[in-house]
Amino acid sequence: MAELEAVIGLEIHVQLATETKMFCGCELSFGDEPNVHTCPICLAHPGVLPVPNEKAIHYALQIGAALNCEIAPRSIFHRKNYFYPDSPKAYQISQYDIPICGAGRLGDVRIHRAHLEEDAAKTIHVGESGRIHGSAASLVDFNRGGTPLVEIVTEPDLRDAAEAADWARLLRETVRQLGVSDVNMEEGSLRVDANVSVRPAGSEELGTKTELKNMNSFRFLQRGVEAELARQRELVGAGGTVEQETLHFDPASGSLTSLRSKEEAHDYRYFPEPDLVPLVPTEEMLREAREALPELPVARIERYEGLGLDSDTAALLARETEMAAYFEAVCGEAGDLEPRVAANWIVGDLTAELRKRDEEEDFENPTVPASGLAQLATLVAEKKISHGSGRKVLATMVAEGGEPGAIVEREGLAQMSDSGELEAIVEKAMAENADAVEKIRAGNPKAVGAIVGAVMRETKGRADGGEVNRLIQEKL
Amino acid sequence: MIDRDQVLHVARLARLRLSDEDVETMVGELSGILEHVDRIGSLDLEGVEPTSHVVALENVLRADVPWQSLPRDAALASAPEPEKGAFRVPSPQAE
Amino acid sequence: MTDLLALTALEAHEAMAAGDLDAAEYTAAWRQAAAGDELNAYLWQDRAGEEVGAIAVAEARTAPVAVKDIFCTEGVPTTAGSRILEGYRPPYTSTAVRRLLEAGAPVLGKTNMDEFAMGSSNENSAYGPVLNPWDRERVPGGSSGGSAAVVAGGLAPWSIGTDTGGSIRQPAAFCGIVGLKPTYGAISRYGMIAFASSLDQCGPLTRTVKDAALLLGLLQGRDPLDSTSVGIEGGVSLPGREDLGGLRFGVPAELAGDDLDPGVREVFEATLRKIEELGGEIAEVSLPNSEHGISAYYVIAPAEASSNLARYDGVRYGIRAGGDGDLIEMYETTRSEGFGPEVKRRIMLGTYALSSGYYDAYYGQAQKVRTRIAQDFDGAFAEVDFVVTPTAPSVAFKQGEKSDDPLAMYLNDFFTVPMSLAGIPAISIPAGLAAPEGGGPQLPVGFQIAAPAFAEQRLLDAAHALEQGIGFDARPEGGSDG
Repeated sequence: MAELEAVIGLEIHVQLATETKMFCGCELSFGDEPNVHTCPICLAHPGVLPVPNEKAIHYALQIGAALNCEIAPRSIFHRKNYFYPDSPKAYQISQYDIPICGAGRLGDVRIHRAHLEEDAAKTIHVGESGRIHGSAASLVDFNRGGTPLVEIVTEPDLRDAAEAADWARLLRETVRQLGVSDVNMEEGSLRVDANVSVRPAGSEELGTKTELKNMNSFRFLQRGVEAELARQRELVGAGGTVEQETLHFDPASGSLTSLRSKEEAHDYRYFPEPDLVPLVPTEEMLREAREALPELPVARIERYEGLGLDSDTAALLARETEMAAYFEAVCGEAGDLEPRVAANWIVGDLTAELRKRDEEEDFENPTVPASGLAQLATLVAEKKISHGSGRKVLATMVAEGGEPGAIVEREGLAQMSDSGELEAIVEKAMAENADAVEKIRAGNPKAVGAIVGAVMRETKGRADGGEVNRLIQEKL
Repeated sequence: MIDRDQVLHVARLARLRLSDEDVETMVGELSGILEHVDRIGSLDLEGVEPTSHVVALENVLRADVPWQSLPRDAALASAPEPEKGAFRVPSPQAE
Repeated sequence: MTDLLALTALEAHEAMAAGDLDAAEYTAAWRQAAAGDELNAYLWQDRAGEEVGAIAVAEARTAPVAVKDIFCTEGVPTTAGSRILEGYRPPYTSTAVRRLLEAGAPVLGKTNMDEFAMGSSNENSAYGPVLNPWDRERVPGGSSGGSAAVVAGGLAPWSIGTDTGGSIRQPAAFCGIVGLKPTYGAISRYGMIAFASSLDQCGPLTRTVKDAALLLGLLQGRDPLDSTSVGIEGGVSLPGREDLGGLRFGVPAELAGDDLDPGVREVFEATLRKIEELGGEIAEVSLPNSEHGISAYYVIAPAEASSNLARYDGVRYGIRAGGDGDLIEMYETTRSEGFGPEVKRRIMLGTYALSSGYYDAYYGQAQKVRTRIAQDFDGAFAEVDFVVTPTAPSVAFKQGEKSDDPLAMYLNDFFTVPMSLAGIPAISIPAGLAAPEGGGPQLPVGFQIAAPAFAEQRLLDAAHALEQGIGFDARPEGGSDG
C-alpha cells in the first residue's frame, strides 16, 4: 500500500481595518448594538449602488506587495449570487476570474491569488439549543455586513498540519505588520479554512479535497487538519473514495461534521458587476503600496540569519515583531555582545522564566527592560558570573525587577575569579571524592560529575563550570 | 428547448415557486423566447470582446471617511418582523 | 386657471423667474388637474403638498413634476408597480428626484408603471393598467406608461421616467409626446430601482423638445453615489436651431422592418421628406448587427434583473409571506406572491442565462453581440450625424392584444433596443398620426433620432428644429389643457 502524502492549501479571509465598509460609508463596528451601523446601501434597499472604499484598495495592494503577488493591471468585480439572510442583496460583490492580486509567495508557500470582497452580516440563531439545527428563527444584524475583506488563496503546497498552522502564523504576523487588519482569529478578523486531500506519495495528481471551516485558532486548525488527514488516510486505505464536502471541526470532541446540505452545490451564476468600474492600479498607487511596507517577517528572518542566528531562533524572533524589536534593543544596549547570544537569552532562559508566570508577555512593555537583559548577558559573557548564576539573577529580575549588577552583589553571586581559591577547592573535592577520581582514570569520564557537583556546592554555584572541568583534568 | 426539469431547477435557483400549470406555461413561453434568442448562438463572434462595462471609467472610488448611518429605528422601519433591534427570519430547514 | 396648464414647462419656468407667474398658484392648478386622474396614471399623489423625499419645496422655482414610481422618495410610497413593495416607504431619496426638488420642482405624484420596468404596455402593473388618453381602450406604452399618460393627458406638465430598452421612447411615441433616453451615465441611477443595471437610464417625458432640454439640464450630472455616472460635459442649453442644414441623417437598412404598420411607415417617410425640406440630408447606413438587438437584450436585461430582483426576499422590507414556514418557504412564497407573471418570466430567463453551463452561450454571447452593435453605431456615426428610425412598429395597440404572447410584446422594442445596448442617447418626437391596423381614430406616431454618446446638445438642437418643422399639434380629444 503506497504511502499517502498530505496536500493542504489554505483559504484566508482578512477583515480590513478601514474606517468604513467596502461599498458604503458606514463605520465598522466592534460589538455594538445590532443594526446601528447600517444605511440603505448595506441594507440593500431598492435602488442603491456600491462605491468602493479607496483605503481598502490600498490595503489590498499592500497585502499583494507583502505576498510578492503579481498585481493585475486591470481587475473587475463580479457578483456572486446566492440567497441567505446574511446576504442582503442576495449577491456578494467579489472578484472572480480577474482578481486584483495574482500569483505570489510567502516563505515556502506559493500564493494563488488574493482578491477583494465584502463580508456577510451576522445571523444569531434563536432557539432552544442556540445552534442552527433545531432553532426556530434567526435574527440578522447587518453591522458587519459590507466590511471589506481580502481573501487569500494559497497553492496546495503544505504537506502536514503543523506546517499549515505554522505558515498560517507567519501569514498572520506578516499581515499584522502591515497594519491593515487586526488579524485576530478569535474576533473573526482572520478566518482560515483549509483544503485537504491525500494522494500516493510521489504522485503529481491531486486527490479530491474537502474543505475545513470554522477553526478559530491556530491550534484548532492544526488539530482539525490532522483529524481530517487521519480520516482520509483511513478511508482511502480501506479502499474508499473521498467525497468533496465541507466539514466543520469540533475541537471539544475532535469530530468532523459535514456541512454539506442536501441541495445541489451552489451555482453562483457569476457575472461582471455592472454597477462598478474596473480597478486599474496606477504607478502611484503601486508605489504607495510598496513604500508602505515595513520590514516583514520573512525579510527579518533572513537578516537575523545574517547576524549569525540559527534559522529556528531567527524564525522564533522574527515572527513576533515586538519580540524582534526587543531583541534588537538588547543588541543595541549590549554593544559587543554577539547577537546570537542575546537571541539565545531571549528565546531560551527569558522565555522559560516568563512562562512560569502564566501571563502573556507584552514585549512592548517588557518585564525585563532591554537594558537590563543586555547588562545581564554581558556579565555572563564576560564570565563575571556563571550562566547558572545568571539564570538566578534573571529569575529575580522577572519576579521583582532590579539591576543585574546590584542583584549579583546583594546575593554574592560573583563568579569565583580567584583561580587560586578555586584550585584549592577543586583539589579538596578531588581528595574527598577519590573513588570518582579512580573511575575517571579507569575510563569513565561521567564520574567527573560528582567532583564538579561538590565544587559547585562549595562555591555556591559561582564557579565557572568550564574552568572547574579544566582544573580537574589538569590534576588527574 | 427548455424542459420541465430545467424549469424546476431554475425556479429553485431563483426561489420562485411554480404551480404545475405555471411550469407548463413557463416551459412553453421560455422555449419560444429562447428559440428567438438562440439566433445569436450561431453568429461568428470569435475575437469580439464582450461588453462588461458601458462607460469607459476606471478607479471610481470613495474616500474612507465615515458618514451618518441610519438611526436604528429607521433601519428597522420597513422590517416585516423586527425583533430585539434585529431582523427576524425563519431558520433554514435543518438538513 | 386652464390657461396656466397650457403653458409649457419652460414657459412657466421663465415666467416664474421673471416674476410674472405665481408659482404657488401654478403648482396648485396642476395638483388640481392631477386629482382628476381617470387614466390610473398616478399611484400616489401629493395632495397636501407634503415633504416628498423629505425635502420641502417651500417656493417652487420651476414646473411641478410627475415621477415614475421607480424612483425612491423618502417617506413616500414607492412600489415600482409591484405588489412586493406594497406599502414600502424608502428611507432615502433618489439623486434624480433630489436634484429636482432642490431645483424647486414640487413632486405632483408617483406614476404607474410596468412592474419593475418590465413591459411595453403598462399592462404588467400590479396596480392596474394605465389608459392611453388618446383612446382609453388602448395602452399608453411602457414601462413608463403612467409618466407618458400624465403629460399627454393634461395631468402633469412634464415627468421623469426610465428607459432600459425603450421604456421612455415607446410610451412617448404611443402618447404623442417627447421622450428622451440620455447617454448611459448622463444621469445618476442612485435611488432608481434597478431592472437592468447596464441599461437603465432616467429621462424626461415632455410636451416639447425645449422642455426636455430644460428637464435634462436639471437632472444630469456626476453623482459620487453612482460609480457609473459621468454627467454631460458642458451641461445642456436650450436648443435654438431652426433648420437642419448641413446635418446628415442615416436610415439603417436593417431596421427598415417588414413588420412596420403601413400608417407608421407613411409618417416615417413623410418625416424624412420634412428633414430634407429643412435642409438635412438623408443617407442609408448599415447596422448589420442591430437585428439581433432583441435577442441580445432579452438575455442581458433579464440576466441582470434576475440578480437585481433577488433582494426582494421578505427579509428587510416589502411584503413577507409564508413566514410561518422555514426560510426557503418564506423566500418562495414571498416572491411567488409578490411578483407578477412577466417579472417571473424574466427572472427565470435571466437565471437560466447565467446558470452553470449556459453562461457562455447566452450571457457571454449576448455581450459580444452588444459590442458589435455599439461598433455598428460607431461606424454609422462616422458617416452621418444621426441615425433615425420609427420609434415603434405600430401605434398604440389595444389592451390585451399582445399580452398573450410575450415574444410579440418584446418585438415592440425592436427599434429602441439597439440604442440602449450601445448606451447612446435617443429621442422620440411625435411626427404625425396614423390609423391603427384594423381601422379606427388616428393615433400618434413617434420618430426616433439617435446620436453619438454625450451628443445630447446636438441631438436636442436637431430634434427641436424638426419638431418645429413638423408642427405636430394634435391633442387627445377631451384633453384638459385647452
